[in-house]
Amino acid sequence: MEKCLGFELKKGSILKVKKNLSYLVMLCCWVMAQSAHAELVVEVTQGLDDAQPVAIVPFEWKGDGRVPTDIASVVAADLHRSGQFRPIERKKMLSRPSQKDQVYFRDWRVLGAEFLLIGRLDRDQGGRYLVEFELFDVLRGVVVKHGKASGKKLRAISHYISDLVYEHLTGVKGAFSTHLVYVTMEQLGKGKQLFKLHHADADGFNDVVILRSPEPILSPSWAPNGRDVAYVSFEGTRPGIYIQNTLTGKKQKITGFPGLNGAPSFSPDGKKLAMVLSKDGNPEIYTMNFSSGKLTRLTNHYGIDTEPNWAPDGQSIIFTSSRGGGPQIYRVDLASHKVERLTFTGNYNARSSITPDGRFLIMVHRNAGVFHIAVQDLLRGSFDVLTETSLDESPSVAPNGVMVIYATQRHGKGVLEAVSMDKRVKVRLPSSKGHVREPAWSPFLY
Amino acid sequence: MAIFNRNHLLALVAAAAITGCTTVPNETGSANGTDTAATETTTEDSSATSYGVGDNTVEGSSVTTDFSATSEVDALLSYTTVYFDFDKANIRPDAYAALKAHAVYLSANAAARLRLDGHADERGTREYNLALGERRAKAAASYLAANGASRSQLEVISYGEERPAVMSSNESSWAKNRRVELKYTAVAP
Repeated sequence: MEKCLGFELKKGSILKVKKNLSYLVMLCCWVMAQSAHAELVVEVTQGLDDAQPVAIVPFEWKGDGRVPTDIASVVAADLHRSGQFRPIERKKMLSRPSQKDQVYFRDWRVLGAEFLLIGRLDRDQGGRYLVEFELFDVLRGVVVKHGKASGKKLRAISHYISDLVYEHLTGVKGAFSTHLVYVTMEQLGKGKQLFKLHHADADGFNDVVILRSPEPILSPSWAPNGRDVAYVSFEGTRPGIYIQNTLTGKKQKITGFPGLNGAPSFSPDGKKLAMVLSKDGNPEIYTMNFSSGKLTRLTNHYGIDTEPNWAPDGQSIIFTSSRGGGPQIYRVDLASHKVERLTFTGNYNARSSITPDGRFLIMVHRNAGVFHIAVQDLLRGSFDVLTETSLDESPSVAPNGVMVIYATQRHGKGVLEAVSMDKRVKVRLPSSKGHVREPAWSPFLY
Repeated sequence: MAIFNRNHLLALVAAAAITGCTTVPNETGSANGTDTAATETTTEDSSATSYGVGDNTVEGSSVTTDFSATSEVDALLSYTTVYFDFDKANIRPDAYAALKAHAVYLSANAAARLRLDGHADERGTREYNLALGERRAKAAASYLAANGASRSQLEVISYGEERPAVMSSNESSWAKNRRVELKYTAVAP
């Protein structure tokens, strides 16, 4: 038995290498075709050489008519987009089981698949979809995960299944069910611009414009509830901080002080909003307590203090300050108001955030006049540049800490890209329209 | 290299006064939800059209100014853009003469109101650039105040890198985008 297993493994890895290239090209085309309805199209520009081969078999549709959404293709696209998996081409599948007793493991071993996902879906009288699925370990020949999901939206169900599969295979919670907000700007003619705030699924689908304005929109930031978004809007020609419920579209003006009203950031418990205000003469960091409406000023320096972001434990806030000359990242302790400098590499570090585990500092870093996204290990102090493009800005870390989405420029146009924290996976999200910028990755929705 | 943009004519000063006094057509910022029924929320805030140079409201208005000045002062007042060095907010010496002319005009015309729009080039982060644009506009305002303008005549706003004068990524575009635009919202009666 053990010998047999070893043989199968070896065989799988040979197949893996041979198929990798043609497979990737094919899948990219497929993913692009799939994404025709999305404003953003997700393309993997660099995946893992040793991406794990998985087989996602088309789910059996038990309802009437045509299957509304191909769950298996959405799950396969999700896993592919992570760069860590290599879904097996459908046309190579020797069988298409949808029930446990239809699975012949040799059909999947011969293709080198290490894991196999099958499933079935039906629709109830109320229009609710019911999906059942099983994940198999092909080498061991056993079911390792099975589950049910129901809901009205098949894409959401698909992402939910992707999250479960991803978590089982990597040990890290999947972030396929999360959302993005981002800003686009279209130049309409001399001096005229159209700004839009978009809300989309993490794969670019279901893109909805939730705010449009002839005046600038920037710095969108999610509340921990995954529903509300704070942003800066210049509507009425002056900047104000607004909070909008993304479900209802209702928005509320939070601040409109003279001067800057910028960089809103929700505390991890959702009870406070950090922001930058220059109402007292200088850009300073404040927090607003939602229940009392009270403002607390955290900094007091003639330099520029801006871009506050909370540490995951809610005990301190990191921010950008020019108090030492060029912009660098500092941390202010909320209990003592004591300020310490965190970055010392290079002469421009700004717009920082801390990864959900509290370990890494992500920021915009300038090196030799070029702006990149960089990461600093807060424990060991090591510093690493993640991106190779230029004019990179607005990094936002996925809630599972695996990928960083950021804005950059390609051929004079603002686009979004994402890179894994280990730099091994790169994804591009070109948009059909305008300059794309200011991405913000939502927290987990469940 | 020219420090001031020469195509800003004196007529702009007077024309700006017109746009400043007339009711500007409002465009409303509307918000939609992501739920199927996209509800449109209208707020009390509406976005006014900009007072940008080259705006249609400026072109075609044949207003002549009547504040008497020498042709030299007229020429200086026609400079309505001040440029800055990268990541800097200090007023460069080549902007002194024009700013002084505006300061003199403001001190002689108490009813005149000036808005200073601060801008940054696209390099660096957006919020930092908003702060930088405000620093630049405030530096220009301080210079005007030091030379006779009243603080109450001056209004400062920063657009950061959101409203570039030139949309391309090179040194000469960046130099044109690091600026403070002087916009009269009211002139002498």
